Amino acid sequence: MNLKQKVIILSPKDNVATALADLKTGDTLELEVDGHKKVIKLGADVPFGHKLSLSRIEPDLPVIKYGEIIGISTAPIEPGDYVHIHNIASARGRGDLEGGAK
Amino acid sequence: MSFLGYPRPKGLVGARNHIGVISTVACANDVTLWITQQVKGCAPFLHGQGCTQTQPDLDQVTRTLISLGWNPNLAGVLLVSLGCESVLVDKIAEGIAASGKPVDKVVIQRAGGATSALNQGTQIVKTMMIEASRIKREEFPDSELVLGVKCGASDATSGLVSNPATGAACDLLIDNGGTCIFGETTEFIGAEHVLASRAATPEVARRIMEIVSRMEQRVNAMGADMRGGQPTTGNIAGGLSTIEEKSLGAIAKAGTKPIKAVYEYGERLQGKGLFIVDTPGREPEFLTAVAAAGAQVIIFSTGLGAPQGFPFVPVIKVTGNPNTYNRLPDHLDIFVELGNGNSIAEIGQALYQEALAVASGKQTKAEIIGYGNFPNIFTIGPVI
Repeated sequence: MNLKQKVIILSPKDNVATALADLKTGDTLELEVDGHKKVIKLGADVPFGHKLSLSRIEPDLPVIKYGEIIGISTAPIEPGDYVHIHNIASARGRGDLEGGAK
Repeated sequence: MSFLGYPRPKGLVGARNHIGVISTVACANDVTLWITQQVKGCAPFLHGQGCTQTQPDLDQVTRTLISLGWNPNLAGVLLVSLGCESVLVDKIAEGIAASGKPVDKVVIQRAGGATSALNQGTQIVKTMMIEASRIKREEFPDSELVLGVKCGASDATSGLVSNPATGAACDLLIDNGGTCIFGETTEFIGAEHVLASRAATPEVARRIMEIVSRMEQRVNAMGADMRGGQPTTGNIAGGLSTIEEKSLGAIAKAGTKPIKAVYEYGERLQGKGLFIVDTPGREPEFLTAVAAAGAQVIIFSTGLGAPQGFPFVPVIKVTGNPNTYNRLPDHLDIFVELGNGNSIAEIGQALYQEALAVASGKQTKAEIIGYGNFPNIFTIGPVI
């Protein structure tokens, strides 16, 4: 996309950012999150289009992108962690769970 | 702004001038396809339904086939029937005839079998095509444009660039008095509250919540987590983790204007503005629903590179993923690049101009290579 920035944060409420390039473990990002400067060191590789955490997210808490809930964390997530299906689950369309929703 | 379209009865305007050869039942698909191979300018509609289904599904198939026959990109229609199927070819023909366009039928069992039906059907379609070729394009205001919007084979660039840009094109069309159709109810899950807040009336908001709940209940009745089916394996590889994330990116393609009504699958829409059709997101069923609703042109936003068009509605493929655009020149019409001084609004303006150009006759990649001859009709109950 020819963007200078390496990640995009879509809403000030978000606790994840989206990578606009293939990012590597140990890369350091200087970001502005909700008006505050923040330095995030990546704990894992994050491919183009995938997500990284901007803050600590305890298990069973909402993961937020576009300012809206996109799922629930299933493990402790540290700032700079790769966020994907290994540590977040959907709360919807869950026919495998009692009552159909988490 | 304006485009060059074909005048049709009942005040409708077409972007193409095909004769539709529409199969009424899966068993008539072969003859339907053969007929379209004989006469230039014909478009087949093949599907897997029309027989041994419960009445609500047979009604849905009948309704969909009638609405497809009304699509203004068709100058005339030939129905191809086997003869013993559950849906009634005469009822479908009568429904399409109300559009004021020529309609005829060929029934394989009455014609004396497939080759006789092929010959009979080919003669009918030849005459219709010669008549249709006399209709000339005329200038119409863009308020006559009916645009479908779709996203498929999505990755994270869909929600960031190509969907919002498609949404900006939708907003322009609505501001100019035109019509835009979207759907993919499964991909409202987790974003339905955002759409409901844009409903023109409380009843429309209630309908939005209702169709999402209905779709989610069908999914949950299968007793499994729908991840893998939605989001798909490809979506997940592209960075989308949950259906909620996919939905929040997906709804951006329908812009920001008020939603005027919610239609059932296979219904032909009336009036102008922004509308929802209740349909799953899968391409063969979705594209049929939007064609049945009356779309002349479809903008299709993709991240990973969805190939399919539709037999008689041009589908413009747009991507914000440079790798996909470079890798799949067979399938992608437009690359939309954020950055380089482009805003979403400017990209939306360019997409809108492309939609008008395609409505006026510019061919899409899917039309040029003939990709998209295997759509389907969405049904709910069992095959019995």
